[in-house]
Amino acid sequence: MKELLDLFLTFARMGAVTFGGGYAMLPILQREVVEKRHWVTNEELTDYYAIGQCTPGIIAVNTATFIGNKQRGVAGGIAATLGIVFPSLVIISVITAFISNFAELAVVRNAFAGIRVCVFVLILNAVIKLSKSSVKDTLTLIICLLVLAGAVILDVSPIVFVVAAGIIGIVAKVLIHKDQAGSTEQEEEEVRS
Amino acid sequence: MIYLRLFWEFFKAGLFAIGGGLATLPFLQEISASTGWFSEAQLADMIAVSECTPGPIGINMATYAGFLTKGVPGAVCSTLGLVTPSIIVILIVARILKKFQSNRYVQAAFYGLRPASTGLIAAACFSVMVIALFTKGTGEGFLAQFGAVRWHAVILAVVLWLLMNLGTLGKFKNNIVLKKISKLHPIVFLAASAVVGIIFKFAE
Repeated sequence: MKELLDLFLTFARMGAVTFGGGYAMLPILQREVVEKRHWVTNEELTDYYAIGQCTPGIIAVNTATFIGNKQRGVAGGIAATLGIVFPSLVIISVITAFISNFAELAVVRNAFAGIRVCVFVLILNAVIKLSKSSVKDTLTLIICLLVLAGAVILDVSPIVFVVAAGIIGIVAKVLIHKDQAGSTEQEEEEVRS
Repeated sequence: MIYLRLFWEFFKAGLFAIGGGLATLPFLQEISASTGWFSEAQLADMIAVSECTPGPIGINMATYAGFLTKGVPGAVCSTLGLVTPSIIVILIVARILKKFQSNRYVQAAFYGLRPASTGLIAAACFSVMVIALFTKGTGEGFLAQFGAVRWHAVILAVVLWLLMNLGTLGKFKNNIVLKKISKLHPIVFLAASAVVGIIFKFAE
Protein backbone atom coordinates (compact mmCIF):
# COMPACT_ATOMS: atom_id res chain seq x y z
CA MET A 1 0.00 0.00 0.00
CA LYS A 2 2.83 2.34 0.88
CA GLU A 3 4.47 1.73 -2.48
CA LEU A 4 1.21 2.42 -4.29
CA LEU A 5 0.80 5.67 -2.40
CA ASP A 6 4.39 6.55 -3.27
CA LEU A 7 3.64 5.91 -6.98
CA PHE A 8 0.46 7.99 -6.79
CA LEU A 9 2.19 10.92 -5.06
CA THR A 10 5.27 10.86 -7.30
CA PHE A 11 3.15 11.02 -10.44
CA ALA A 12 0.76 13.56 -8.93
CA ARG A 13 3.72 15.83 -8.22
CA MET A 14 4.90 15.43 -11.83
CA GLY A 15 1.38 16.06 -13.17
CA ALA A 16 1.28 19.32 -11.24
CA VAL A 17 4.47 20.72 -12.79
CA THR A 18 4.13 19.45 -16.38
CA PHE A 19 3.17 22.32 -18.66
CA GLY A 20 2.38 21.51 -22.28
CA GLY A 21 1.59 17.82 -22.40
CA GLY A 22 3.36 14.49 -22.65
CA TYR A 23 6.61 15.63 -24.24
CA ALA A 24 7.08 18.34 -21.64
CA MET A 25 6.77 15.63 -19.00
CA LEU A 26 9.88 13.90 -20.33
CA PRO A 27 12.56 16.04 -18.61
CA ILE A 28 10.69 15.76 -15.32
CA LEU A 29 10.33 11.99 -15.74
CA GLN A 30 14.05 11.70 -16.44
CA ARG A 31 14.83 13.53 -13.24
CA GLU A 32 12.31 11.94 -10.87
CA VAL A 33 11.95 8.40 -12.17
CA VAL A 34 15.27 7.68 -13.91
CA GLU A 35 17.90 9.69 -12.04
CA LYS A 36 16.41 10.02 -8.57
CA ARG A 37 14.38 6.85 -8.01
CA HIS A 38 15.95 4.47 -10.57
CA TRP A 39 12.57 2.92 -11.33
CA VAL A 40 13.37 2.71 -15.07
CA THR A 41 16.33 3.44 -17.35
CA ASN A 42 16.56 6.09 -20.07
CA GLU A 43 16.30 3.29 -22.64
CA GLU A 44 13.09 1.94 -21.16
CA LEU A 45 11.70 5.47 -21.10
CA THR A 46 12.44 5.82 -24.84
CA ASP A 47 10.71 2.49 -25.46
CA TYR A 48 7.66 3.61 -23.52
CA TYR A 49 7.45 6.82 -25.53
CA ALA A 50 7.76 4.87 -28.79
CA ILE A 51 4.95 2.52 -27.77
CA GLY A 52 2.92 5.31 -26.18
CA GLN A 53 2.82 7.09 -29.52
CA CYS A 54 1.37 4.09 -31.36
CA THR A 55 -1.13 2.96 -28.77
CA PRO A 56 -4.41 4.66 -27.98
CA GLY A 57 -4.58 7.38 -25.38
CA ILE A 58 -2.43 10.14 -24.03
CA ILE A 59 1.33 9.66 -24.03
CA ALA A 60 1.78 10.91 -20.47
CA VAL A 61 -0.85 8.45 -19.24
CA ASN A 62 0.58 5.56 -21.26
CA THR A 63 4.04 6.20 -19.85
CA ALA A 64 2.72 6.48 -16.29
CA THR A 65 0.86 3.18 -16.66
CA PHE A 66 4.02 1.50 -17.98
CA ILE A 67 6.22 2.70 -15.14
CA GLY A 68 3.62 1.97 -12.44
CA ASN A 69 3.04 -1.48 -13.87
CA LYS A 70 6.76 -2.20 -13.88
CA GLN A 71 7.00 -1.25 -10.21
CA ARG A 72 3.87 -2.82 -8.74
CA GLY A 73 1.91 -4.67 -11.42
CA VAL A 74 -1.63 -3.75 -12.44
CA ALA A 75 -2.39 -1.86 -9.21
CA GLY A 76 0.82 0.13 -9.68
CA GLY A 77 -0.17 1.06 -13.23
CA ILE A 78 -3.54 2.32 -12.03
CA ALA A 79 -2.05 4.22 -9.07
CA ALA A 80 0.48 6.02 -11.29
CA THR A 81 -2.20 6.93 -13.83
CA LEU A 82 -4.58 8.27 -11.19
CA GLY A 83 -1.64 10.25 -9.82
CA ILE A 84 -0.81 11.89 -13.14
CA VAL A 85 -4.42 12.95 -13.80
CA PHE A 86 -5.25 14.08 -10.25
CA PRO A 87 -3.68 17.60 -10.40
CA SER A 88 -5.38 18.30 -13.74
CA LEU A 89 -8.77 17.38 -12.28
CA VAL A 90 -8.34 19.72 -9.34
CA ILE A 91 -6.73 22.63 -11.20
CA ILE A 92 -9.09 22.62 -14.19
CA SER A 93 -12.16 22.28 -11.98
CA VAL A 94 -11.07 25.25 -9.85
CA ILE A 95 -10.18 27.41 -12.86
CA THR A 96 -13.41 26.57 -14.68
CA ALA A 97 -15.48 27.28 -11.59
CA PHE A 98 -13.89 30.59 -10.61
CA ILE A 99 -12.00 32.26 -13.44
CA SER A 100 -14.01 32.47 -16.63
CA ASN A 101 -11.44 34.34 -18.71
CA PHE A 102 -8.29 32.75 -17.27
CA ALA A 103 -6.54 32.28 -20.60
CA GLU A 104 -7.13 35.92 -21.61
CA LEU A 105 -5.60 37.53 -18.53
CA ALA A 106 -2.49 39.49 -19.59
CA VAL A 107 -0.45 38.23 -16.66
CA VAL A 108 -1.29 34.60 -17.54
CA ARG A 109 -0.43 35.08 -21.21
CA ASN A 110 2.89 36.73 -20.40
CA ALA A 111 3.79 34.09 -17.84
CA PHE A 112 3.08 31.28 -20.28
CA ALA A 113 4.99 32.91 -23.11
CA GLY A 114 7.96 32.77 -20.71
CA ILE A 115 7.19 29.21 -19.59
CA ARG A 116 7.05 27.99 -23.20
CA VAL A 117 10.65 29.13 -23.72
CA CYS A 118 11.67 27.12 -20.67
CA VAL A 119 9.67 24.08 -21.83
CA PHE A 120 11.55 24.22 -25.15
CA VAL A 121 14.95 24.24 -23.41
CA LEU A 122 13.90 21.46 -21.02
CA ILE A 123 12.72 19.20 -23.87
CA LEU A 124 15.90 20.00 -25.82
CA ASN A 125 17.96 18.81 -22.85
CA ALA A 126 15.81 15.69 -22.57
CA VAL A 127 16.31 14.89 -26.25
CA ILE A 128 20.09 15.25 -25.91
CA LYS A 129 20.05 12.85 -22.94
CA LEU A 130 17.85 10.34 -24.76
CA SER A 131 19.96 10.43 -27.90
CA LYS A 132 22.95 9.25 -25.88
CA SER A 133 21.22 5.94 -25.19
CA SER A 134 19.31 5.57 -28.45
CA VAL A 135 21.72 6.86 -31.11
CA LYS A 136 24.58 4.39 -30.99
CA ASP A 137 25.88 4.12 -34.55
CA THR A 138 25.48 5.53 -38.05
CA LEU A 139 22.24 3.70 -38.81
CA THR A 140 20.50 4.85 -35.63
CA LEU A 141 21.72 8.41 -36.27
CA ILE A 142 20.24 8.29 -39.78
CA ILE A 143 16.92 6.91 -38.46
CA CYS A 144 16.76 9.63 -35.81
CA LEU A 145 17.48 12.48 -38.26
CA LEU A 146 15.12 11.12 -40.94
CA VAL A 147 12.27 10.77 -38.47
CA LEU A 148 12.95 14.25 -37.11
CA ALA A 149 12.91 15.75 -40.62
CA GLY A 150 9.91 13.67 -41.67
CA ALA A 151 7.85 14.54 -38.60
CA VAL A 152 8.64 18.25 -38.94
CA ILE A 153 7.94 18.54 -42.66
CA LEU A 154 5.33 15.88 -43.44
CA ASP A 155 1.88 15.60 -41.95
CA VAL A 156 2.05 11.86 -41.23
CA SER A 157 0.97 9.89 -38.18
CA PRO A 158 3.84 8.99 -35.81
CA ILE A 159 2.76 5.36 -36.13
CA VAL A 160 4.18 5.27 -39.66
CA PHE A 161 7.64 6.32 -38.44
CA VAL A 162 7.64 3.98 -35.47
CA VAL A 163 6.56 0.94 -37.50
CA ALA A 164 9.04 1.71 -40.30
CA ALA A 165 11.88 2.15 -37.81
CA GLY A 166 11.02 -1.13 -36.11
CA ILE A 167 11.15 -2.94 -39.45
CA ILE A 168 14.48 -1.29 -40.33
CA GLY A 169 15.80 -2.42 -36.95
CA ILE A 170 14.78 -6.03 -37.60
CA VAL A 171 16.16 -6.02 -41.13
CA ALA A 172 19.47 -4.49 -40.05
CA LYS A 173 20.05 -6.50 -36.89
CA VAL A 174 18.51 -9.91 -37.55
CA LEU A 175 18.48 -10.44 -41.29
CA ILE A 176 21.76 -8.77 -42.27
CA HIS A 177 23.91 -9.36 -39.18
CA LYS A 178 23.18 -13.06 -39.00
CA ASP A 179 26.72 -13.73 -37.81
CA GLN A 180 26.10 -11.91 -34.53
CA ALA A 181 24.23 -14.84 -33.04
CA GLY A 182 24.78 -18.54 -33.41
CA SER A 183 22.85 -20.16 -36.23
CA THR A 184 21.39 -22.80 -33.93
CA GLU A 185 19.75 -20.14 -31.82
CA GLN A 186 18.19 -18.65 -34.89
CA GLU A 187 16.83 -21.98 -36.05
CA GLU A 188 15.26 -22.47 -32.65
CA GLU A 189 13.67 -19.05 -33.00
CA GLU A 190 12.16 -20.00 -36.34
CA VAL A 191 10.82 -23.29 -35.05
CA ARG A 192 9.14 -21.50 -32.16
CA SER A 193 7.46 -18.95 -34.37
CA MET B 1 -27.55 8.15 -16.84
CA ILE B 2 -25.47 11.16 -17.86
CA TYR B 3 -22.37 10.09 -15.89
CA LEU B 4 -22.21 6.76 -17.65
CA ARG B 5 -22.66 8.51 -20.98
CA LEU B 6 -19.82 10.96 -20.12
CA PHE B 7 -17.58 8.03 -19.23
CA TRP B 8 -18.50 6.20 -22.45
CA GLU B 9 -18.04 9.16 -24.82
CA PHE B 10 -14.59 9.93 -23.43
CA PHE B 11 -13.72 6.24 -23.28
CA LYS B 12 -14.22 6.16 -27.06
CA ALA B 13 -12.03 9.27 -27.48
CA GLY B 14 -9.32 7.65 -25.37
CA LEU B 15 -9.54 4.44 -27.36
CA PHE B 16 -9.23 5.94 -30.82
CA ALA B 17 -7.03 9.00 -30.28
CA ILE B 18 -3.52 7.83 -31.04
CA GLY B 19 -0.48 10.06 -30.68
CA GLY B 20 -1.24 12.05 -27.58
CA GLY B 21 -2.72 15.36 -26.52
CA LEU B 22 -4.14 17.17 -29.51
CA ALA B 23 -5.08 13.89 -31.21
CA THR B 24 -8.08 13.97 -28.85
CA LEU B 25 -9.30 17.19 -30.49
CA PRO B 26 -11.27 15.74 -33.46
CA PHE B 27 -13.03 13.37 -31.07
CA LEU B 28 -13.96 16.23 -28.77
CA GLN B 29 -15.39 18.11 -31.77
CA GLU B 30 -17.49 15.07 -32.51
CA ILE B 31 -18.70 14.85 -28.90
CA SER B 32 -19.58 18.55 -29.07
CA ALA B 33 -21.61 18.01 -32.25
CA SER B 34 -23.39 14.85 -31.17
CA THR B 35 -24.20 15.69 -27.53
CA GLY B 36 -24.25 19.50 -27.31
CA TRP B 37 -22.52 19.26 -23.91
CA PHE B 38 -20.22 22.11 -24.91
CA SER B 39 -19.94 24.43 -27.93
CA GLU B 40 -17.14 24.78 -30.47
CA ALA B 41 -16.26 28.13 -28.91
CA GLN B 42 -15.99 26.55 -25.48
CA LEU B 43 -13.74 23.92 -27.04
CA ALA B 44 -11.44 26.67 -28.30
CA ASP B 45 -11.36 28.19 -24.79
CA MET B 46 -10.59 24.73 -23.48
CA ILE B 47 -7.49 24.49 -25.63
CA ALA B 48 -6.29 27.91 -24.45
CA VAL B 49 -6.85 26.99 -20.79
CA SER B 50 -5.13 23.62 -21.28
CA GLU B 51 -2.09 25.32 -22.68
CA CYS B 52 -1.92 27.55 -19.61
CA THR B 53 -2.27 24.88 -16.94
CA PRO B 54 -0.12 21.94 -15.93
CA GLY B 55 -0.98 18.39 -16.89
CA PRO B 56 -1.49 16.46 -20.12
CA ILE B 57 -3.61 18.47 -22.59
CA GLY B 58 -6.00 15.61 -23.34
CA ILE B 59 -6.75 15.13 -19.64
CA ASN B 60 -7.29 18.85 -19.14
CA MET B 61 -9.74 18.90 -22.03
CA ALA B 62 -11.70 15.92 -20.72
CA THR B 63 -11.85 17.43 -17.23
CA TYR B 64 -12.97 20.79 -18.59
CA ALA B 65 -15.69 19.26 -20.78
CA GLY B 66 -16.91 17.01 -17.98
CA PHE B 67 -16.97 19.91 -15.53
CA LEU B 68 -18.98 22.11 -17.91
CA THR B 69 -21.48 19.29 -18.31
CA LYS B 70 -21.96 18.02 -14.76
CA GLY B 71 -19.59 19.70 -12.29
CA VAL B 72 -16.93 17.79 -10.37
CA PRO B 73 -18.56 14.33 -10.66
CA GLY B 74 -18.85 14.91 -14.41
CA ALA B 75 -15.17 15.88 -14.59
CA VAL B 76 -14.19 12.71 -12.75
CA CYS B 77 -16.30 10.51 -15.06
CA SER B 78 -14.98 12.01 -18.30
CA THR B 79 -11.35 11.89 -17.11
CA LEU B 80 -11.59 8.29 -15.94
CA GLY B 81 -13.29 7.43 -19.22
CA LEU B 82 -10.43 8.95 -21.20
CA VAL B 83 -7.65 7.10 -19.34
CA THR B 84 -9.31 3.67 -19.00
CA PRO B 85 -8.46 2.46 -22.55
CA SER B 86 -4.83 3.56 -22.05
CA ILE B 87 -4.55 1.59 -18.84
CA ILE B 88 -6.03 -1.57 -20.36
CA VAL B 89 -4.01 -1.43 -23.58
CA ILE B 90 -0.71 -0.59 -21.89
CA LEU B 91 -1.11 -3.31 -19.26
CA ILE B 92 -1.62 -5.83 -22.07
CA VAL B 93 1.31 -4.46 -24.11
CA ALA B 94 3.56 -4.47 -21.02
CA ARG B 95 2.72 -8.13 -20.39
CA ILE B 96 3.44 -9.13 -23.98
CA LEU B 97 6.63 -7.08 -23.97
CA LYS B 98 7.88 -8.78 -20.81
CA LYS B 99 7.30 -12.18 -22.37
CA PHE B 100 9.19 -11.37 -25.57
CA GLN B 101 11.83 -9.05 -24.10
CA SER B 102 14.69 -11.42 -24.85
CA ASN B 103 13.44 -12.27 -28.33
CA ARG B 104 16.01 -11.19 -30.92
CA TYR B 105 13.39 -9.79 -33.27
CA VAL B 106 11.87 -7.65 -30.53
CA GLN B 107 15.28 -6.41 -29.48
CA ALA B 108 16.18 -5.63 -33.08
CA ALA B 109 12.90 -3.77 -33.51
CA PHE B 110 13.68 -1.65 -30.45
CA TYR B 111 17.16 -0.92 -31.80
CA GLY B 112 15.34 0.87 -34.65
CA LEU B 113 12.49 2.20 -32.52
CA ARG B 114 14.60 4.09 -29.99
CA PRO B 115 16.21 6.55 -32.40
CA ALA B 116 12.81 6.98 -34.10
CA SER B 117 11.19 7.77 -30.77
CA THR B 118 13.99 10.25 -30.05
CA GLY B 119 13.44 11.79 -33.50
CA LEU B 120 9.71 12.20 -32.85
CA ILE B 121 10.39 13.88 -29.52
CA ALA B 122 12.95 16.13 -31.22
CA ALA B 123 10.26 17.07 -33.76
CA ALA B 124 7.89 17.96 -30.91
CA CYS B 125 10.72 20.02 -29.43
CA PHE B 126 11.07 21.81 -32.76
CA SER B 127 7.39 22.79 -32.86
CA VAL B 128 7.60 24.10 -29.28
CA MET B 129 10.65 26.12 -30.36
CA VAL B 130 8.75 27.66 -33.28
CA ILE B 131 5.96 28.79 -30.95
CA ALA B 132 8.28 29.97 -28.18
CA LEU B 133 10.95 31.82 -30.16
CA PHE B 134 9.09 33.18 -33.19
CA THR B 135 6.02 35.33 -33.66
CA LYS B 136 3.17 33.71 -35.51
CA GLY B 137 3.85 33.61 -39.24
CA THR B 138 1.26 34.21 -41.93
CA GLY B 139 0.46 32.08 -44.93
CA GLU B 140 0.75 28.42 -45.79
CA GLY B 141 3.71 26.10 -46.02
CA PHE B 142 6.69 25.05 -43.95
CA LEU B 143 8.68 28.30 -43.93
CA ALA B 144 5.59 30.47 -43.48
CA GLN B 145 5.11 29.28 -39.91
CA PHE B 146 8.11 31.37 -38.85
CA GLY B 147 7.30 35.00 -38.13
CA ALA B 148 9.81 37.45 -36.68
CA VAL B 149 12.34 36.25 -34.12
CA ARG B 150 11.41 37.11 -30.54
CA TRP B 151 14.87 38.15 -29.43
CA HIS B 152 14.05 38.44 -25.74
CA ALA B 153 12.80 34.83 -25.86
CA VAL B 154 15.97 33.68 -27.62
CA ILE B 155 18.10 35.37 -24.95
CA LEU B 156 16.06 33.70 -22.21
CA ALA B 157 16.46 30.32 -23.93
CA VAL B 158 20.24 30.70 -24.19
CA VAL B 159 20.54 31.82 -20.56
CA LEU B 160 18.36 28.90 -19.40
CA TRP B 161 20.39 26.41 -21.41
CA LEU B 162 23.65 27.73 -19.99
CA LEU B 163 22.32 27.64 -16.42
CA MET B 164 21.08 24.07 -16.86
CA ASN B 165 24.21 22.75 -18.54
CA LEU B 166 27.31 24.79 -17.67
CA GLY B 167 27.71 22.96 -14.36
CA THR B 168 28.00 19.65 -16.17
CA LEU B 169 30.50 20.71 -18.84
CA GLY B 170 34.21 19.98 -18.54
CA LYS B 171 35.69 23.35 -17.67
CA PHE B 172 33.06 24.36 -15.11
CA LYS B 173 32.57 20.98 -13.48
CA ASN B 174 34.39 22.10 -10.35
CA ASN B 175 32.44 25.31 -9.95
CA ILE B 176 30.13 24.53 -7.02
CA VAL B 177 27.63 27.30 -7.71
CA LEU B 178 27.15 26.40 -11.39
CA LYS B 179 26.94 22.73 -10.47
CA LYS B 180 24.23 23.43 -7.90
CA ILE B 181 22.26 25.54 -10.38
CA SER B 182 22.36 22.84 -13.04
CA LYS B 183 20.93 20.36 -10.54
CA LEU B 184 17.90 22.52 -9.66
CA HIS B 185 14.45 21.03 -10.24
CA PRO B 186 12.84 22.00 -13.60
CA ILE B 187 10.00 23.71 -11.72
CA VAL B 188 12.51 26.35 -10.50
CA PHE B 189 13.43 27.23 -14.09
CA LEU B 190 9.76 27.16 -15.12
CA ALA B 191 8.80 29.53 -12.31
CA ALA B 192 11.71 31.87 -13.07
CA SER B 193 10.73 31.90 -16.76
CA ALA B 194 7.14 32.77 -15.84
CA VAL B 195 8.41 35.74 -13.81
CA VAL B 196 10.68 36.86 -16.66
CA GLY B 197 7.72 36.49 -19.03
CA ILE B 198 5.54 38.72 -16.86
CA ILE B 199 8.21 41.39 -16.26
CA PHE B 200 9.26 41.68 -19.89
CA LYS B 201 5.73 41.15 -21.29
CA PHE B 202 6.66 38.15 -23.43
CA ALA B 203 3.21 37.70 -24.94
CA GLU B 204 3.28 41.05 -26.73
